[in-house]
Amino acid sequence: MYSPENIRKYFPILDSEVNQHKLVYLDNAATTQKHQSVIDTVSQFYEKENSNIHRGVHYLSQLSTNKFEQTRESVKNFINAQHTHEVIFTKGTTDSINLLAFSYSKILKKGDEVIVSEMEHHSNLVPWQMCCDYSQATLKVIPITNSGELDMSFFKKELSKKTKLVALTHISNSLGTINPIEKIIELTHQTDAKILIDGAQAAAHAKLDVQKLDVDFYCFSAHKLYGPTGVGVLYGKEKLLNMLPPYQGGGEMIKDVSIHKTTYAELPHKFEAGTPNIAGVIAFKKAIDFIEEIGVENMKEHEDILLNYATLKLEEIPNLSIIGTAPKKSGIISFVVSGIHHYDLGLILDKLGVAIRTGHHCTQPVMKKMNVSGTSRISFACYNTKTELDYTVDCIKKAIKMLS
Amino acid sequence: MQDSIENIGEEIVDEFNMFENWIDKYDYLIDLGKSLPKIDEKYKVEDNIITGCQSQVWLHAKQEDNKVVFIADSDAIMTKGIIAMLIRVLSGQKAEKIINTNLDFINKIGLNEQLSQTRANGLNSMIKQMKIYALAFKDK
Repeated sequence: MYSPENIRKYFPILDSEVNQHKLVYLDNAATTQKHQSVIDTVSQFYEKENSNIHRGVHYLSQLSTNKFEQTRESVKNFINAQHTHEVIFTKGTTDSINLLAFSYSKILKKGDEVIVSEMEHHSNLVPWQMCCDYSQATLKVIPITNSGELDMSFFKKELSKKTKLVALTHISNSLGTINPIEKIIELTHQTDAKILIDGAQAAAHAKLDVQKLDVDFYCFSAHKLYGPTGVGVLYGKEKLLNMLPPYQGGGEMIKDVSIHKTTYAELPHKFEAGTPNIAGVIAFKKAIDFIEEIGVENMKEHEDILLNYATLKLEEIPNLSIIGTAPKKSGIISFVVSGIHHYDLGLILDKLGVAIRTGHHCTQPVMKKMNVSGTSRISFACYNTKTELDYTVDCIKKAIKMLS
Repeated sequence: MQDSIENIGEEIVDEFNMFENWIDKYDYLIDLGKSLPKIDEKYKVEDNIITGCQSQVWLHAKQEDNKVVFIADSDAIMTKGIIAMLIRVLSGQKAEKIINTNLDFINKIGLNEQLSQTRANGLNSMIKQMKIYALAFKDK
């Protein structure tokens, strides 16, 4: 039996008080809270295990290297990659996308096309704008519909032999839309194009199987999966990662260096220059263990219940409109209240202990399309409860009354 | 005779001190925001936007009888409340005074503590812009 109350016991921060109110944390799309085992592992690393990885022959270096590599194995199993070396550790989703965009900027040329969509987080838009600037390739943008879904007919029309890469989000961070990535990947592969899926909002809320999806690249951040900040993953098919030039130069990523010429290390190290966030990567394994113990499908089922419950309750509030009404949504609700600025609403909710996000959510093109300057956004995680949603809805009503 | 910046600031501190809890203070700020006179749409242009604020803030200034008059607005009501306070303190003062004053009253009402770093930065850019206007008029 799924029990958010039991899960909450492992998230110490959820017991805190904010502004003399019990914290209600509904900003999970920005970052999730951390499981006790993640917190303990970070502190244990610095207390007892701290050492740089891969290069040392001494005991601590071996220990931290082994633990670091165990996380890679865990991630491989978590996403069902074929090979462990297809898992590249980065600083986060943004870093993963920048890595790929940089490498692609070296192989794309004038006349090539990259397809993104209007619903992308700036992190999956700006790197491709930069990539296309550098390489003279053309960026095509799939528009979104009024409900916040991809215009699939546009996508089908634009896919051509010129398309070299499609970079799309799995779940929209500002609208909650779950994109039909299976179909999109299938369509993409009817051409020679490759596809990157930005899984920042999906990895903790959808069962992943990169082999079954046949996705070429997939990326996500540990901190949105109950893990530490500063750790991300770029999955890529072995053949493609081998083909791409490295991103950053430095230690770890080399095989042999002379003053004029360097040969690069094998995967995954080729893309991992410099000392990584060792403690974070090691602790990330604990977050994956936690998700697998509960089951991501069970978490999703619970979050879907919260999504439907909150949607119904919010729809009852006069003058409140939900932005993003796709039939398939994840646990993210963006809304506006006519005549009330999201900033004012956020400030008052904060005073009542409720953490939500307000603004454009790094998706300015979405805001423009939806004709709003910003929204208030609540987003759920496995530990949120209906009681918290009842309280939040009451607080929203109270804030509206104050601000009207 | 225009009251001094310090005196008006103290007045505002006294008004805020009348309220014990944040909710009443916010209510007061909202009321101040609502009392801010509507500004002509012609001032709501890109050039007048203060960058660094989470909500849109437009600030314009003109010189009348050797004094600086500020005209400002925001799309968020709490921000308007803050603007209303700043205008009450600084608008109609001599440029010299605006440049050299320190706005202690903001700390005294605890507004900075209420604002996150990004929001406090927004408030600071607003004050900075007001001082820049004053500086420009002083040199004229």
